[in-house]
Amino acid sequence: MAREAKALSAELMSRREAMIRIGALMGGTMVGAQALLSGCATQDARPANELFSAADVAYLDEIAETILPETGTPGAKAAGVGAFMTVMVADTYRADEQAVFMRGLETMNEECLAQHGVSFMAATAAQRTALLERLDREQFDYMRNRRPGAPVHYFRMLKELTLQGYFTSEIGYTEAMRYIEAPGRFDPCVPYSPGDRIFAPHA
Amino acid sequence: MQSNTYDAIVVGSGISGGWAAKELSERGLQVLWLERGKNVEHIRDYVNATRGPWEYPHRGGRTVAMEEAYPVLRRDYPLNEKNLDWWASDQDSPYTEIRRFDWFRGYQVGGRSLLWGRQSYRLSDFDFEANARDGIAIDWPIRYADVAPWYDHVERFAGISGSRENMAQLPDGRFQPAMALNCGEEIVASRLPNAFDGQRRLIPGRVANLTEALPGRAPCQYRNACWLGCPYGAYFSTQASTLPAAMATGRTRLVPFSIVTEIVYDRDRRRATGVRVLDAVSERWTEYSAPIVFLCASALNSTWILMRSATDVWPGGLGSSSGELGHNLMDHHFRVGAEGALEEPGLDGQYYYGRRPTGFYIPRYRNLFGDRRPYLRGFGYQGSASREGWQRAVGELGIGGAFKDAMAEPGPWRIGATAFGEMLPAHSNRLGIDASRTDKWGLPVLKIDCGLGENELAMRADMMNDMAETLEAAGVRDVRTFEADYAPGMGIHEMGTARMGRDPATSVLNEWNQVWDAPNVFVTDGACMTSAACQNPSLTYMALTARAVDHAVAELNRRNL
Repeated sequence: MAREAKALSAELMSRREAMIRIGALMGGTMVGAQALLSGCATQDARPANELFSAADVAYLDEIAETILPETGTPGAKAAGVGAFMTVMVADTYRADEQAVFMRGLETMNEECLAQHGVSFMAATAAQRTALLERLDREQFDYMRNRRPGAPVHYFRMLKELTLQGYFTSEIGYTEAMRYIEAPGRFDPCVPYSPGDRIFAPHA
Repeated sequence: MQSNTYDAIVVGSGISGGWAAKELSERGLQVLWLERGKNVEHIRDYVNATRGPWEYPHRGGRTVAMEEAYPVLRRDYPLNEKNLDWWASDQDSPYTEIRRFDWFRGYQVGGRSLLWGRQSYRLSDFDFEANARDGIAIDWPIRYADVAPWYDHVERFAGISGSRENMAQLPDGRFQPAMALNCGEEIVASRLPNAFDGQRRLIPGRVANLTEALPGRAPCQYRNACWLGCPYGAYFSTQASTLPAAMATGRTRLVPFSIVTEIVYDRDRRRATGVRVLDAVSERWTEYSAPIVFLCASALNSTWILMRSATDVWPGGLGSSSGELGHNLMDHHFRVGAEGALEEPGLDGQYYYGRRPTGFYIPRYRNLFGDRRPYLRGFGYQGSASREGWQRAVGELGIGGAFKDAMAEPGPWRIGATAFGEMLPAHSNRLGIDASRTDKWGLPVLKIDCGLGENELAMRADMMNDMAETLEAAGVRDVRTFEADYAPGMGIHEMGTARMGRDPATSVLNEWNQVWDAPNVFVTDGACMTSAACQNPSLTYMALTARAVDHAVAELNRRNL
């Protein structure tokens, strides 16, 4: 897994923060414009309103909620992750990546029919979880053995967008994590107990 | 109607230009201060400074459309959704790359002082004597003792937080209290004195963020949102620091949207008489006059102005009689190092509070104190330790509620650093004017021809392997080296192209930053650097600017200019 960018440059902290973000996500291979130095042709990429219907947003919300459900904190659906995914796929994905993503949504529904005999939207929470656990294992193994240049697995795209959309939402910052806008001081060492949440970043 | 005659003209409003305007006006001169871009008013124009990170449609990232609009800026982190207005447009201001050179510019009042990394280190005599000792390029015309009082002066006003370390290669300064190392960094720092003969030291990054208030400026609130502009004025920028001082004199007139296209030169008196300015909005031309001109337009742009000036006398421009104008372009090469896991007993029970806007620094140790390597000069490291965030979840197996809650907790500790290496001055690394291509204003653009040399490439092997060796010696596990793509310019430390020296036959500027061929023109930004050292250079520009102003005013009073 590529962690290399993580350590780059305290010289410009925004630079370091950016590299940390990208570097960690390179474990999942950032897709589209979010991947630095990507250079594919992009002319055929389509806008969100051509790619996605309201039903698609509802479908994406349910996928995201299955990946990150409500627990003691709100889930991905409450954080608007479905709509976020449509914006990101439309604005930051290249045409070939958009195609993988869109085809993947269909594939996933077919997988659900094959596994449970119902569509994803008609499936129970337990059925959805069972399906996504299987697809998560599939993408995990695929991504580990992926040849350079081969497409990213569609479920990796869904998972990455869900994580990003959730943790960078207002709910993610202020409820899933602890967001203190102006900490006012730096304590270099504070006690940590399991269950304490992340202090969220800024900038 | 404003007069077009002043006591001094300052070109550029970034770190160097801010210091020039402040120091000149405080000495009683009427100063015209020209900036090519728009105004950015302190606090009022920091439109995203307190915006929630979740409020951006792409959460701060980049879109395909942005990438197409910014073919250069996209090459690294600056292309982003949060402060894109403060990075110059690649389309309005193109340039020609003979070899790839990443030029990331800030065309507004404050320049890149709004955006800089704020790391602030003194050069030492190891640096000022390096060229002479190695027989490389030419000798600096100054030594540490010439600059030391000016480092004192600028540090006190700018506000640099740092620790006193008594290291000959990285002189201590007039510091505010340092920002502490966190628990993870402290473990590594405590073990290094017992390894490598104590030559490798891990110290708090010295940074232009206040830990104590200064007049009109609050101490750092540990938001780490500096590059959005600081509503507390807690980091050094033109807006927070030098601009208010320059304006408080009542003798400074700041004019944004003023593109200086050349210095007006009187060949009989061998002096500049002023500058020619193109209004970036109205596209009207104006000439301003003054007995002294400070060029602080950033290294490459100051050189561009010189190349376009006095061409009736010297076809290569003002300062070209040496044959060195535009040559010896340097940057710091970096993006190579190592990182690993801190798996210390008890460290899982430790965290940190507040977002510290700096990291740690490991000062140069190579080719010093008896160490000899198969290359010249050396490098320093910048890095940090931290606990992993939610991003680690992308590469991990798992979905569902337990997975979500686990990823909302901080992950394992990791520590890493990247090296910043010195780049030797090379005559072949150079700028020119590309007459075949113009910018938005019809002005011919720069062409840049620059690359790493054998010395830099040899150094990079150590830059990578030393960090792995250092971390392993300190007990860090799972250490991995990295080398990411680097092209000159990416360090955003452009230096050289109008170097200082002792001889007008081999240098563009004298020991006081005066152009040999026009002693009333001072160049005090990165262009003046005779060698690059490996320390972040901005603090040195501040000190050299203040020193040059002191000399300029003395010479003016002696009627020597």
